[in-house]
Amino acid sequence: MKPRLAPAATVTGRVGENVPRPDGVLKVQGGFPYSSDLQVDRMLWGATVRSPHPYARILSIDTSEALAAPGVRAVLTHEDVPGKRVYGLEIPDQPVLAFDVVRYWGEAVALVAADHPELARRAAQKVHVQYQVLAPLTDPEQALLADAPRLHPDGNVTRHVKIRHGNQDARAEVVVTGEYEVGMQDQAPLGPESGLAVPDEEGGVDLFIATQWLHVDREQLAGVLGLPPDRVRLTMAGIGGAFGAREDLSMQAHACMLALRSGRPVKISYSRPESFVGHVHRHPGRLRYEHGANRDGKLVYVRARIVLDGGAYASSSTAVIANASCFAVGPYRCPNATIDGWVVYTNNPPCGAMRGFGSVQNCYAHEAQMDKLAEALGMDPVELRTRNALETGSQMITGQVIDGPVPVAELLRRIKERPLPAASDPGSLDLTTQPGGVSNTTHGESVRRGVGYAVGFKNVGYSEGFNDYSTARVKLSVVGGRPRVEVHTAAAEVGQGLVTVQAQIAGTELGVTDVVVLNADTRVGSSGSSSASRQTYITGGAVKAACDAVRRRVLALAELELGRKTGKTDGLRLERDSVVSADGREIVSLTTLLGDEVIEETHEFRPRQTTRLDPETGQANAHVQYAFAAHRAVVDVDTELGLVKVVELATAQDVGKAINPQAVEGQLEGGAAQGLGLAVMEEIQLKDGVIRNASFTDYLLPTILDMPPLRMDVLELGDPHSPYGLKGVGEPPTISSGPAIVAAIRAATGRPITRVPVRPHDIVET
Amino acid sequence: MKVSCSVNGQVLVADDVWEGESLLYVLRERFGLYGSKNACEQGECGSCSVYLDGVLVCACLVLGGQVNGREILTVEGLSHRTALHPVQTAFVEAGAVQCGFCTPGLVVAAHDLLRRVPDPTEAQIREALAGNICRCTGYAKIIDAVQLAAGRMSG
Ligand code: FES
Ligand code: FES
Repeated sequence: MKPRLAPAATVTGRVGENVPRPDGVLKVQGGFPYSSDLQVDRMLWGATVRSPHPYARILSIDTSEALAAPGVRAVLTHEDVPGKRVYGLEIPDQPVLAFDVVRYWGEAVALVAADHPELARRAAQKVHVQYQVLAPLTDPEQALLADAPRLHPDGNVTRHVKIRHGNQDARAEVVVTGEYEVGMQDQAPLGPESGLAVPDEEGGVDLFIATQWLHVDREQLAGVLGLPPDRVRLTMAGIGGAFGAREDLSMQAHACMLALRSGRPVKISYSRPESFVGHVHRHPGRLRYEHGANRDGKLVYVRARIVLDGGAYASSSTAVIANASCFAVGPYRCPNATIDGWVVYTNNPPCGAMRGFGSVQNCYAHEAQMDKLAEALGMDPVELRTRNALETGSQMITGQVIDGPVPVAELLRRIKERPLPAASDPGSLDLTTQPGGVSNTTHGESVRRGVGYAVGFKNVGYSEGFNDYSTARVKLSVVGGRPRVEVHTAAAEVGQGLVTVQAQIAGTELGVTDVVVLNADTRVGSSGSSSASRQTYITGGAVKAACDAVRRRVLALAELELGRKTGKTDGLRLERDSVVSADGREIVSLTTLLGDEVIEETHEFRPRQTTRLDPETGQANAHVQYAFAAHRAVVDVDTELGLVKVVELATAQDVGKAINPQAVEGQLEGGAAQGLGLAVMEEIQLKDGVIRNASFTDYLLPTILDMPPLRMDVLELGDPHSPYGLKGVGEPPTISSGPAIVAAIRAATGRPITRVPVRPHDIVET
Repeated sequence: MKVSCSVNGQVLVADDVWEGESLLYVLRERFGLYGSKNACEQGECGSCSVYLDGVLVCACLVLGGQVNGREILTVEGLSHRTALHPVQTAFVEAGAVQCGFCTPGLVVAAHDLLRRVPDPTEAQIREALAGNICRCTGYAKIIDAVQLAAGRMSG
C-alpha cells in the first residue's frame, strides 16, 4: 500500500543555465504531494501527548481512559518502545517517549492513533500523566555553575570548545569589549512535520517522510524499533521547507510505532503550535568579546566567550558550538585568539541545526565589535574590515590555511560602491515605505536613516573528520527511441533546487536531453543531509562521478564499434544525444549505439578529509570549504516609537560557479529574509521554559511588506577543489544580512543595540 | 452534518462533517483536494487561500458547515488539465517557487489581485500579498512573477 507521490519529471538543461524546477508545474497547480498530504485506505491519525511542564518527574501514566475512547486503535508510552529508548544525532540522549523525567515543555510522553485526527487529539487529552513538578533550569549561565542541578548524567556541558591560537597574553593599543545576546529563532518551514508509516506483513515498516537525511533517520529508527535497517524503508515525500528543522527525528519513530502496533497505516501531521515544540531551534547565545588592535587598525587579538543554550537534548549542539568557535572572529586575519565556546543543557526547548549553524550568532558579535573598533580608531568601518580581511593563504584561528579564492575585501568593495537608495520621501502617501507601515504611525517625523555593513563566512560540508560522502546511481538507456538518463540519490529536495541541479549535471556530463531524477529513498546509498550548504557540492559531485563512469563505458563501446570501422577514436565526446568527434561532428547517436544496452553506475563522492579540533588548542584542518558573503543594509528608524523599516539590502557573495543562476538568486534572497527576521522580528519567547508565542500570530515572520529589495552581486571565482568550482550557497546569505541591519540601526540611532531581535525598547531611550 | 457545495464547478457532497471541521479540512480530507495547504490553520499564512463565492478567504478560518450551497474555487480549479493559468506559468518561470508550500495560496491571491487590478504597482502587489507568508524565497521572485503575469495577461 503506497500513497501517491510526485511523479518524476523530465528535465533538460546544462550546468550554468536557468533551468526551471521540474516540480514547479505541479506545485503551482496544488498537485504536488507533500508529506502532510499523504493518504491511503484504512489510514489512522496519530496524536502526541506532550508535557505541560519544562521539568518534572513522571510519577505515573494512565492510558486506560484514552484506550476506551471512541475510534482509538492504539495508545503507547515509553514502555512500548520496542528497541532503544533514546536517540540523537550526536549523542543518544533524547527519549523516544519520556521516561522518568520530562526535560522540556512539549516533550513527547505518549501517543494515540485513532480513526479521525480530532478523535486522536481528544483521546490524547484522556491520557493521564501524574507529574512531580521540578524547578526548571532555564538560564544557560546558571547551568554552567558547579552547584546547578544536573539535567543529564554527564552534567550540563554538552561541549566546551577551546581555541588557543598564537600569543595568549597579547596586548594591543586599542581595546574594545562588548556583550551580545541572540534570541531563539525558529526555522518555521511552512510544511508541518508529517509523514505516513505503513506496516508490512512481516513486521517491517515503510515510512513516507519529509526529512533532510533519509539514511540517518533510518539508522535511528532501526535502533528505536528494534529492527534491522533493511526492514525500515524510507521514501521521501514532498518537503515544505526545512532550514535545519528536519535534521532530527520528530514524528518518524512515533508514526512507525503506532503503525506496527495497530497494524494499520498511521499518519501524523503536526499543527503549527505543535511544530514549535516538534523540532529543534536556533541556539540562543550570549557572547562576550574583547578585540585588541594596533592604531593602524590591524587586529592583534580577539578573546571571546560564547555560551549557547542547547536546551534539553544535545541534537547537533556539539557541531554548532564548533562552528560558533571556529568562526568566532569573522573572516579576518587575527594572529592571536582565545575562544571558549560552551553549549549547555537547560530545560528550554532543544536547539540544533538552523541555516547558518553556529555562524549566525557570532557574526552579530564580531561585526558589532568591528564597528566599535572602527569608531575607537576613527576609521571607516569598511576600511577596517578590508584591512583585516582574510585572503588566499591566510591562516584561520584554527591554524587552517585557506586556499582557493577568499574574496572578503572584494565583496566589501562591491557592496560599498553600490549607489545608495534615494532618501525616503516624507511627503509620500505610500505608508508601506515608512517604519510602522500602514499602522500610520509616522509620515516621516522622527525617522532617521542608517547604513550598516557586515561580512560573514562559514564552512561548507561536514567538518572535524566526519565521514562526508554522497552516493549516486546513474543509468543511461534508450526509452521510446530516445536516450534517457535516470539519476537516483537519497538527497533531500527541500526547495533549494537540488533535483534540478542533479539533472543539469547529468545532462551536461552525458550530453543527453532527457534526464529524470528519481524520487529519493533508501534503496540507494546515503547522500548525507541537505544541510551545511553541502548538497550541490557533495551529491552534485557524486552524480558527476557516476556520470563520468557511465561516459567512460559509453565511449569504450563507441571506440570498440568505431575502432573496428575507422580506427579513429581520439577525443570522442557525448553531446546532443550522440557520440561526437573532437571537432563536434556526430559519429553515432546514442540510440543506435546503445540499442538495448543499459549502462548503470553507482558512485560515491568524498570531499577532502578534515580533522577534529584539538581539544586543548582547537587547531585543526577542520573544514572542507569556506563560503563568504557580505551585506549592506539601509534602514529607516522611527526613533520615537522604535520601529524599523529596512529600506534596502545589498549583498555580494562568491558562489564559485552558479550551477543554476536563478536558483542561486533565490537562495540569496530567501537567506537574507531569514537574516532580517532574526534581526528585527523573530524570537521564540520563553518564560520559565514555556514558549509563549507558539503560533504564526505571535511569532512574527517577515512578510512581503517587510522584505526590501535585495541588490545582488554574484561572483563566480571558481574553487579549485570542488566540482565545476562551485561553492555552497545556502547559508552565507543568512549570516551577515542580520548583522548589517543591526549595524544600520545603530548608525541611525546612536544606540548600542547589543541584542537581537531588536525590540522597540532597545531603540527608544527609556 | 451533510455539506454540499460547488467546488471548481463540480457539486461535491460530504457526509458526517463535524461542527469543528474547517473548510480546509473538508477540502483536503473529504474531497481529496490537497492543493490548499495547512501551514498555520489560524489565518496567518494564506497558504490555504481559496475563493468562496468569488471572495478570497482563508479556508482554515471558514467552517465546513458554512459552505453548504456555496461556490468554492481552489488552486486546482485555476488550470485546465495541463493548461496553466498565466499566473501559474509566471510563478514557475520567475523562480517564485522553492519548496512550494506557500505557492498555491500565493497563486490564488495573485490571481485575485490581477482580476481586480490588471496592472498593479509593486506597492499594490506587496499590499495584496501581505497575508501570504513564504519562508523560502524572500518574495523578490514572487513580485517578479506577478509582474510577469500581469504583463502577459494585459498584453
Ligand atoms: S493555513 Fe489558513 S492561513 Fe495559514
Ligand atoms: S516556497 Fe517555500 S514557503 Fe514559499
